[in-house]
This record gives sequence, structure tokens and C-alpha cells, in this order.
Amino acid sequence: MTAVVVEDLRKRYGEHEALRGVSFEIREGEVFSLLGPNGAGKTTTIEILEGYRRRDDGSVSVLGIDPARAPREWRARIGVVLQSSAMYENLSVRESLALFAGYYDSPRPVDEVIGVVGLEEKAHTVVRKLSGGQRRRLDFGLALIGDPELIFLDEPTTGFDPAARRAAWGTIRSLRGLGKTILLTTHYLDEAEQLSDRVAVLREGRIVASGTPADLTRTPATEIRYRENGKDVVLRTEQPTRVLAELTGRAVEDGRELEALEVRRPSLEEVYLELTE
Amino acid sequence: MKIFLHELRGQLVLYTRSKELAFFTFLLPLILFVLLGATYGDDKINNDRGADFLEAGMLGYGLVSTAFAGLAIFMVIRRESGILKRVRATPLPASAYLAAVLTATLIAFAVNSVCMIAIGRGLFSVPLPARWLSLVVTLLLGAAAFAALGLAMTVIVRSAEGASATVNAVYLPMAFISGSFFSPHSFPQFLRAIADVLPLTYFIRLTRDVMLHGHQFWDNWGDVGVIAAWGAIGALVAIWRFRWEPAER
Repeated sequence: MTAVVVEDLRKRYGEHEALRGVSFEIREGEVFSLLGPNGAGKTTTIEILEGYRRRDDGSVSVLGIDPARAPREWRARIGVVLQSSAMYENLSVRESLALFAGYYDSPRPVDEVIGVVGLEEKAHTVVRKLSGGQRRRLDFGLALIGDPELIFLDEPTTGFDPAARRAAWGTIRSLRGLGKTILLTTHYLDEAEQLSDRVAVLREGRIVASGTPADLTRTPATEIRYRENGKDVVLRTEQPTRVLAELTGRAVEDGRELEALEVRRPSLEEVYLELTE
Repeated sequence: MKIFLHELRGQLVLYTRSKELAFFTFLLPLILFVLLGATYGDDKINNDRGADFLEAGMLGYGLVSTAFAGLAIFMVIRRESGILKRVRATPLPASAYLAAVLTATLIAFAVNSVCMIAIGRGLFSVPLPARWLSLVVTLLLGAAAFAALGLAMTVIVRSAEGASATVNAVYLPMAFISGSFFSPHSFPQFLRAIADVLPLTYFIRLTRDVMLHGHQFWDNWGDVGVIAAWGAIGALVAIWRFRWEPAER
């Protein structure tokens, strides 16, 4: 089953074309990442799917509904984590979750959600005294309290130190473990690689690559580098075994050494930089 | 209705938890009444006893500080921090949210007014209002008009940092010029000219006539009309331009 279908999505702000025909699908139960640098159109895309922004053109279906004309019941089926983790500073963790639980017909039990996001120790602490990482976990909890089918996470770990990021990743994995479909935006490559089943790379309002994290690193050819007559030679090939055999075969026949021979697959980082620069 | 009561409970808890809100918009008007009442409660102002005259003005000050300033400041802060945007992402209807916020504000103003009248009676021997039904209607009219103006004010203020400063710059001079603390009759001509267009001037005059001069609510249609017109302008601006999302940066 497909949770989200986006076809030829377009959005412009004045002269600026933020989205120039974006298409992708998200299957039920998968973690899908929109990866790209700042200004690529990630937040515009996710906010159109959440129903905050109007699209100019194209079609969008989220859980079978057009978010631009979504009824109230549809809001109960999605969970949203915004970039700013805004909440009432004077309520405790428990009170915040209980307040938001009251907005849904069949919310998850508050204590269970506190457990899922790992805030048992802080249940009675007021929000203003939480650390950045703890706030984010409460943020996930607020997105989860209505027991949604689909969760949107817009740059969930931007500005985090490594430990807080690792903790947030753990929470996102546990959301996935609950069978939720997740759409995540990020400009961190390792985050997309660690968490997602599939990734789409967004650049200047277009999707320039998509697939599993492994697909993305596989697509570009393997690089074979060596030095010949003082010059660097770089070969890119889809069939590294055959090319390498021929290359080394000839070198052995001629009785010479391939200087500084190196065979490597580009990291996802390099693929990403190549795609987005 | 259930969801409204749930949200109203939440809003009332939030109201009581905020120390800034409690002090500046709720306690300060009561403290000022005690101070000013002790200073010139026994003087005569326009043939009325000072404390009696002052109580009506202080009810007006309590009104602008709870229903107008308090509401505008915390709504701007909630909007700019992204809380309103978050609330919009839930199935809570916008109408239920706004109704709960406005009802919580009305309750705060009502409690403030009761405290004001109790202080007047207890400390300064101000007689309890005889035309209490007219007084309640007057206070409700004022609450509706100034809450609408408070929501309109959120349209003008663009940042959370500027919220308190901008709102204070509007409502404190307004309270002064409209005669919350003294009689506007002793003001210079230009201040009286400004006072003549401010809605608070008419609210205080109406309240004073009801409380001190035996008028009924319907005896002063002119005052009622000016207050309602200001409220209507506020409501139109709020409906036209009210935002749930933070300003783009």
C-alpha cells in the first residue's frame, strides 16, 4: 500500500521556483527521507503534505486525501514534528501530552508515549527545564499521542550534539518499530543513511536521485585510480572486475607496476555532494 | 463541547502558571487601585467620592490589561514560537481553540473585576453596585470589544520580542488618557481630544454612570455604540489578517 503519492508538485514564491515538478511515493511502514541542502525545497514539500501550504500545480495524496482539502479526521491520522519545537513552557511533560491527547478521539495512553520517547524520569518536569534533546523527544511524543499512521519529521536533529542526535535516532527507530510510516527531511547524509528505507535527493526544487541508500551509492561507477608516466588516471566503470582484470593483466604482461593503484566506491557523502553541487 | 471544555481547562492552567501574565495583567491593576485609592480615595472628583470615581476607572484598567494587553502579548508569543502552528496540526478545531482562549481571558477579567469591587468595598467603603445587571452587561461588552482589539493587535506586532513593548506602548497611555487613574476633565485640550476617540474613555464613562449615577445600560446608547464600533473594527481586522504561523524570517 502507498501512504503518500506526489506527482509533478510545483510551487513558486514570487519569482522563485521552489519546487519544479517533484514526484515520489512513500509506501506504508517505511521511513522515507528527503535529503538536500538548505533551500532545496524540503520544508516546502513537507509543509504542502502537512496541509500548511498550498501547491501551485501537481497532485498530492496523503493517506488517500488531498491535504489542501483535508477534513478534521485526517489530522488525527498524521503526526507532525516541526522544525521549531514549540510547546507550552509552563506545562510538565505529562500535562503537555495529556492536553494534546484530549484533541484526539482515540489517543495512545499518555504513560505509554512517555515510555516510547524515554522521558519517564522527566514526566513531571516543566518543559522550560528540559534540555534540547529532551524537548525533541517530547516533540516526538506530541506527534505520536494521537496514534497517527504517518509521521512527518522536519529536520528533527538540526543543531544537535552527536549524543542527542544518536538518542533522537533511537526514538525514530522505535517509531518505525511501531509500524508508523515516516517522512523525514534532513540535510545530514548519515542521518538519511542510518534511518531510511529509501531516500530522495532534492536539489533546487527537483529530485536528482532516489532509491535505497545502497542504490544511491551503487549507481555511480566504481573508481579505479592509478598513476602512469607521472599522471593520475581515473577510470569509472560499472564493471570494475573486468576492467581491473584487463588493466592488471596488461601491466603484468608488460612487467610494470601500476603505481598508486586504488579501487574504491564513492561514499554516499561524495555521491550527495556530486548531486547537489 | 467536550473538546472545548478540555481546552478551556488547559488554557486556565496555562493562565495561572504564567507569572508574568499574573503579575502585569492581573495583579498590577489591583495593586494600583490600592495605592491610588489610599492616596486620594477621600477627595472629591466631579462631585463623586474619589474612591467611587476611581473604582470605575480601575475596572477599565483591569479590562485593558487582561482582555487586551494580556491576550495580545501571549497570543503573539504563542504564534511566533510556533505553538499556534502546532495546534493547527492537530484535530482540535480552530474555533474551539479560540473560544477556549477567549473564555479563559473573560474568566480572568471577571475574577479581576470581582477582586476590584471587593477591594473597593473592603478598603475604601465603595458601595456595592446597585445596577449590577447593567454593570455585568457593560463589562461583557467591554470584554468582547477589547478582546477583539487584542486579537487585532496581534496582527500589528510581528515579533515575540517586541510584543510586550509594543502592547505596553499602546495600552498604558490609553489607560492614562482615558482616565483610568484620574479625571480626564483636568487634562489639557489635546489629551482630551485624543481621549474623545478612545474606546476605553467611553467604557469608563459608561461604567461610572452605571455604578455611581444610577444609569442603566440602555441609557447611554452613544457610549455603547462607540465601544461596539471599536470592537467591530477589531474583529474585522482580526478575521481579515489573523495569522497562525510565525512571521517569515
